[in-house]
Amino acid sequence: MKKPTVELKLPILPNMELIATQTAEVIARHMNLTEEQSGEISMALIEACINAFEHSKTDANVFIHFLIEEDSLVMKVIDQGVGFDKTKVEIPKIENKIGKDERKRGWGLQLIQELMDSVEFESNSGGTTVTMKKNIKQ
Amino acid sequence: MNTFIKSVKEENQIIIIETNGYLNNEGGEAISAICYEKIKVGHHKFLINMAGTKVVNSIGVSILIEIIEKLQEVDGRIGYYNLAPIVVKTFNIMGLTKYSTVFTTEEEAVGTL
Repeated sequence: MKKPTVELKLPILPNMELIATQTAEVIARHMNLTEEQSGEISMALIEACINAFEHSKTDANVFIHFLIEEDSLVMKVIDQGVGFDKTKVEIPKIENKIGKDERKRGWGLQLIQELMDSVEFESNSGGTTVTMKKNIKQ
Repeated sequence: MNTFIKSVKEENQIIIIETNGYLNNEGGEAISAICYEKIKVGHHKFLINMAGTKVVNSIGVSILIEIIEKLQEVDGRIGYYNLAPIVVKTFNIMGLTKYSTVFTTEEEAVGTL
């Protein structure tokens, strides 16, 4: 049987990431996820969407796919931008930001990786796909 | 007043800012504008009541890091209460809890900060 899938197409406009979180909340309730899991999924989605909106350097829509599996929820955030090299993204530390000239932002990937059970990045000059998985605790 | 800022009050020389809605860049800037204005007139202690803020993003939270940095220059402090669990987790991951304090209630926050 085909796995249930929900797909969104978001224009790059302010706060469009909240449409993704509202959808995620409905799916989380359908899957009987805990409040904690639901919050983590929403936060990771917000960060993945913001990265896509800000760094894809394109006006093209961002696609979000929710794949509802028996023991997990998989979310894909797909942009059609210029891509990025994850190896060049530094792990942020607040100690390096407070009282220094370093910009205070740059937390998105760190948050996504901390909040989800697994994260994969596929990126090239045609776009980036972030695949995030949350396992369902039995 | 920005709709994100629900109220601003003073108690025991602490400025208490109550927020409402999504803490994004605009929300963060609304908080920082109040803090910087109050710092200019001598206030050094701030509390954010986030009961109405269930959703944040890292850009908005990064602006709180800027406020913490500014407060270090004047030996000031900032704390937060009524946080949703995911907001506490986000603050922990980003390290805000190393430089500022999460309280459970306003009473605890006002009495401790």
